[in-house]
Amino acid sequence: MSNKKQSYHNPLSHLDWLEAEAIHILREVAGQCSNPVLLFSGGKDSLCILRLAEKAFRPGRFPFPLMHIDTGHNYREVIDFRDQRAAELGERLIVRSVEDSMKRGTVVLKTPDEPRNKHQSVTLLEAIEEFGFDCCIGGARRDEEKARAKERIMSFRDEFGQWDPKNQRPELWNLYNARSHKGENIRAFPISNWTEMDVWQYIERENLELPSIYFAHQRDVVMRGGAIVPVNVPLVSDEVIMPPKVGEEVINMQVRFRTVGDITCTAPVISDANNVSKIVLETATTTITERGATRLDDQTSDASMEQRKKEGYF
Amino acid sequence: MSITQHNDSLLRFMTCGSVDDGKSTLIGRLLFDTKTILADTLTQISNTSKKRGMEAVDLSLLTDGLQAEREQGITIDVAYRYFSTGTRKYIIADAPGHEQYTRNMVTAASTANLAIILIDARKGVLTQTRRHSYLAHLVGIQHIVVAVNKMDLMDYDQANYDKICAEYLVFAKEIGLAQARDIRFIPMSALNGDMLVDRLDNMPWYTGETLLEMLEGAPAADEEENAEFRFPVQFVCRPHASADVDLHDFRGFMGRIESGNIAVGDPVTVLPNGYQSKVKAIQIGDAQLQSAQTEQSVTLLLEDEIDTSRGDMIVKTGSKIEPVKQIEAHVCWLSETPLSPARTYIIRHTTRESKAKVGNIQYKIDVNTLEQQPATELKMNDIARINFKLAQPLMVDSYTQNRAIGAFIVIDESTNNTVGAGMIV
Repeated sequence: MSNKKQSYHNPLSHLDWLEAEAIHILREVAGQCSNPVLLFSGGKDSLCILRLAEKAFRPGRFPFPLMHIDTGHNYREVIDFRDQRAAELGERLIVRSVEDSMKRGTVVLKTPDEPRNKHQSVTLLEAIEEFGFDCCIGGARRDEEKARAKERIMSFRDEFGQWDPKNQRPELWNLYNARSHKGENIRAFPISNWTEMDVWQYIERENLELPSIYFAHQRDVVMRGGAIVPVNVPLVSDEVIMPPKVGEEVINMQVRFRTVGDITCTAPVISDANNVSKIVLETATTTITERGATRLDDQTSDASMEQRKKEGYF
Repeated sequence: MSITQHNDSLLRFMTCGSVDDGKSTLIGRLLFDTKTILADTLTQISNTSKKRGMEAVDLSLLTDGLQAEREQGITIDVAYRYFSTGTRKYIIADAPGHEQYTRNMVTAASTANLAIILIDARKGVLTQTRRHSYLAHLVGIQHIVVAVNKMDLMDYDQANYDKICAEYLVFAKEIGLAQARDIRFIPMSALNGDMLVDRLDNMPWYTGETLLEMLEGAPAADEEENAEFRFPVQFVCRPHASADVDLHDFRGFMGRIESGNIAVGDPVTVLPNGYQSKVKAIQIGDAQLQSAQTEQSVTLLLEDEIDTSRGDMIVKTGSKIEPVKQIEAHVCWLSETPLSPARTYIIRHTTRESKAKVGNIQYKIDVNTLEQQPATELKMNDIARINFKLAQPLMVDSYTQNRAIGAFIVIDESTNNTVGAGMIV
């Protein structure tokens, strides 16, 4: 029983709507914060944010530098791509590395081959302090993991970089509150409302270039604990890490990465999708979540992501 | 319907109800039946269900997020969920329904165009149903779906369903909801997945739409076509130091069109100063547009050089909107620290901020009985009608006319917390 007859606008397509929302969020950061920074890893989500930033601020320069927290264990294809993209845009790229924190003694590894993803928080906090950033823009999405379903678009972190799920600011309409005191920090997530599918559809629509490892390629891997684990991976420095363990059979397989992070905790999936349209199709028919098969660090416990976020992880 | 086609629309909706109404089950069902739940997540919740000694997979587990909540078995904050049908993308704001979480309901409602209000078929219209309906009405949700759930426990009895619907309508008329909004009813069993995505054989007497059909058919934009153009300036782009000499005089006003539409050549006025000009160009990135509409983030270039900054508002010349230094509003208090009329707060409205003092608390509203009561302070979850005095002028519309230009948040200067949500009368 419809009581009210109304005439409505033609709604925006979902990609146009998501794009408009993300541009609005980026401009709010620029308008409200005095010294923001855009975290840029060379991964697909942050590449979408770079395109959104172009749409938000061109023909002007970005009102923030780009920054990458490098674990030292990143795929060199991604690092090369990161540098190339920053140069093309003519924007300033800051790189701070977990290995420098290790040298300073602020990051101590339990074992040399331990995944370094969680140690990024230390290096990130050190960089925030070094530059006095009051806001870090990141590419996290609410659909990635259940601890993120309640994340705000502007998320407040205290002086220790901690996220307190019980002490987040209510967020209403599109009125974002990015105010902070000195030492405190806001994390801004312009693509909070995007899903993995939206990201791929946007990449397709905008013809975004991506690091080659997102597409199907031949790679040496081993099967370890149900996951496909890449082995003998060359770094930017030509050092090769991730040797197979004794007794493991090295297989050369056609794979692609759905998420890209520290080599030691990012696993590829079997795929022959060698272009974006094929990836969109594969994403539509997959039966495994983005982080399910591919992030070796989220599976420790039901609440592992939540725990790392509390400690200051992105 | 093609997966690579990108012109599907987007609908934001919320669900209101408590744990007992089967709200989490309903959301879990929607995600499950639209194939949003992937195998590994299903295995995970199936294991958890077994650990807790349940026979069937508990779909409500899909929606409890945080450790603290899992331990307590309740939802304490608004969570956002996503699914897509191939023709439409959905964002669900999942708000807990307890009385002490009025603030969460208001938060979830603020971005929703449709609300699903859950009623337990065994219990009918309860106090909380009235509360949820009142809040959905207050926050201006256009489309209400009253879902009478747990029909399986009432033998799918039509007479019982009809009685609940009739009772709801009487109440909805009392509060003005039925007159102002689009209300639909649906009988369902979220547990069995009946009338959500699939139509089972249990209720042949119901020939209306399934829940998903209602969602697919609801208008995605919540605003009338002839709404006034409102463009709060977020950021001014002046690349005068650029190497490109052509850009030295570039002055782009960046923002999101909060309502209405605009075309190149339209005469505009910039408030609060009242400068007049015409739209020279509309851009999104490199793309030049002839016109743009509500919800688009664009850059506007004007014919004349006008000194404009963040916080100003561009409207069509002749539009009825004036800067004001006093406002009257319904305010929902969000903070554990009560509102103190002695203090000064910050009001953020569109892209503009002003210091504000409470002039007068007219009355508080009991969200259960809807009675007006006298009040001298506001506690968390209270809703009251308040007058504010402003240090800086704001350009406002009434919330019922224009949600974006009628809404504001109240910020506590000492903590920077968002402590109140306001809707201008």
